[in-house]
Amino acid sequence: MSLAKKYPKEVKQILSKYPPEHKRSAVMPLLYLAQREEGYITKDAMQDIADILDITVTDVGAIVGFYTLYHDKKEGKYRMQVCTDLPCALRGADQFMESLCANLGIKVGETTPDGVVTLEAVTCLAACDRAPMFQLQSGDGLTYYEDMTVDKTMELVRALREAGAEVK
Amino acid sequence: MSYVLLRHRDIADIDQIDVYEKNGGFEAFRQTVTRMKPGEVTDVVKASGLRGRGGAGFPTGVKWSFIDNKSWPHYVVANADESEPGTFKDREIMEGNPLQFLEGVAIASYAVGANAAYVYLRGEFWQIAEFLDKKIAEMEQAGYLGDKLFGTDYSLKIYTHLGAGAYICGEETAMLESLEGKRGQPRIRPPFPAVHGLYGKPTVVNNVETLTNLPPIITHGADWYKTMGTADSAGVKIFSLSGRVRKPGNFELPFGTTFRQLIYEYGGGVQDGRPVKAIMPAGASSSFIVADDKVLDTQMDYATVRTLGADLGSASVIVIDDTVSIDWVINKTIHFFKHESCGKCTPCREGTYWMSRLIDRLQDGARSNADVDLLLNVAKQMQNKCLCPLGEFSTMAVVTGIERFPQDFRKA
Ligand SMILES: Cc1cc2nc3c(=O)[nH]c(=O)nc-3n(C[C@H](O)[C@H](O)[C@H](O)COP(=O)(O)O)c2cc1C
Ligand code: SF4
Ligand code: FES
Repeated sequence: MSLAKKYPKEVKQILSKYPPEHKRSAVMPLLYLAQREEGYITKDAMQDIADILDITVTDVGAIVGFYTLYHDKKEGKYRMQVCTDLPCALRGADQFMESLCANLGIKVGETTPDGVVTLEAVTCLAACDRAPMFQLQSGDGLTYYEDMTVDKTMELVRALREAGAEVK
Repeated sequence: MSYVLLRHRDIADIDQIDVYEKNGGFEAFRQTVTRMKPGEVTDVVKASGLRGRGGAGFPTGVKWSFIDNKSWPHYVVANADESEPGTFKDREIMEGNPLQFLEGVAIASYAVGANAAYVYLRGEFWQIAEFLDKKIAEMEQAGYLGDKLFGTDYSLKIYTHLGAGAYICGEETAMLESLEGKRGQPRIRPPFPAVHGLYGKPTVVNNVETLTNLPPIITHGADWYKTMGTADSAGVKIFSLSGRVRKPGNFELPFGTTFRQLIYEYGGGVQDGRPVKAIMPAGASSSFIVADDKVLDTQMDYATVRTLGADLGSASVIVIDDTVSIDWVINKTIHFFKHESCGKCTPCREGTYWMSRLIDRLQDGARSNADVDLLLNVAKQMQNKCLCPLGEFSTMAVVTGIERFPQDFRKA
């Protein structure tokens, strides 16, 4: 089903934020909408967005490629994006990341075999006073986890796995 | 002293509209719309000495006075991209005291004749955007936003817009491109946004903290504002303190507070009681300041920090102690800028790539003084050649790190 059919209310609300002659501005919020269910943006969804905004699918693809929070490939259900930037690293973020890798049995950039968590290293998330920290990105949005420990994180991973099992 | 900006720390529930109103909320906006001409608002802000808090420190009222009154409509864009490593103040303002920020957006909009304003938030602030949307809806209901405000002809709408993970979108012209639905790459200036901004129309871009200063300035006046801070830098600033201090966090303090006060009095001193080795006062874009007693007793304002060979910028003070080697620090900053370079111009795209190759090689143990010279040379070659300040930012820590801490790079 096309984006406009699936989310008529949301699409209308998004378009209402911008002058009608500049509706191209709606491309970013529409991409978030398209990413909502699967956590990534399909070719079909890009075509839908191009049609809604009267731009080419190449234009839409260029936007997806430019910004790091848009994804065009399926990865883990949750992206665990650990900040390893300078201020966090001065407070132990690199060691935190290393232990997470060891505990999850994966390297940075990899996904756990059950497809639940993809581990990523990212730059500053404006939470430098609460390191170690990460954000969890899924189709539904983003949540910050701050002042974390490896134990607390592994507990969260267990909870995510259980929640995932229920959905299946 | 009570808080001017972080008022949620003094007043519980100030994010609720009734509590905000009880504490004088929206009186400043009402006063500007019903009793002041737009130019008078600009004059008050000019007289207050308020300077932009996004990094450049440009006088806010002066910036507004550049707006082109021959071309319409006008726009205001609030810069809530907050992505400089070490900066986390705008987030606290929007989470804790969102209505004062939004009232600031409204006052700025009235002053420059804008009927629409956008708040551009970094994509990671997804929950904050939802929260602001709720607050905006409440303001519409209460008659502070919408058509014919306070019985006048003035109308205003505020919208939020989420970025999607790109530091460069904090640069104002890249932000406008992004808001227009394009890749966030800087525009060649001039023309400046005050003439050719959003959708080619005159636009003012201001930082969240800058805008949050406006309601108290209107309420208490320019003279009151100038009683705080220094002659060069009026008022209060939120210092984001991070790195190897015991108590990192945001501290709202008058300009002129010393580094020592910030680090020791407010930040609880350095972890494990180590000495401060270096200070980066403006996040990853900073030059390094070599810390000694004289430096620690230096007042933090725009002009005085410049005498130390650095910029105060957004006042994101990263503290580095003597357990940390500066080559490791610049490895972090170089990789940050390599990742964030938008790729539009060659010196920055290629330069950050080569700097990252060289610093990796230096850190892999194959340390040679020739590579250090090469790295310094690449950084210096980039300076003054990049299209936007990001390229320049990427060289600051490299050049000042190698020059001011040679022992951390060179073999004897
Ligand atoms: C690479 C780069 C990143 C920037 N990031 C931000 C930012 O995250 N937030 C911000 O307010 N200003 C940022 N700025 C500064 C803006 O371009 C602009 O000067 C500022 O928003 C103006 O507002 P002000 O006058 O109120 O400070 C950045 C500038 C550059 C060159
Ligand atoms: S200096 Fe870097 S970020 Fe700025 S326009 Fe050039 S490539 Fe893009
Ligand atoms: S450096 Fe990690 S949140 Fe800022």
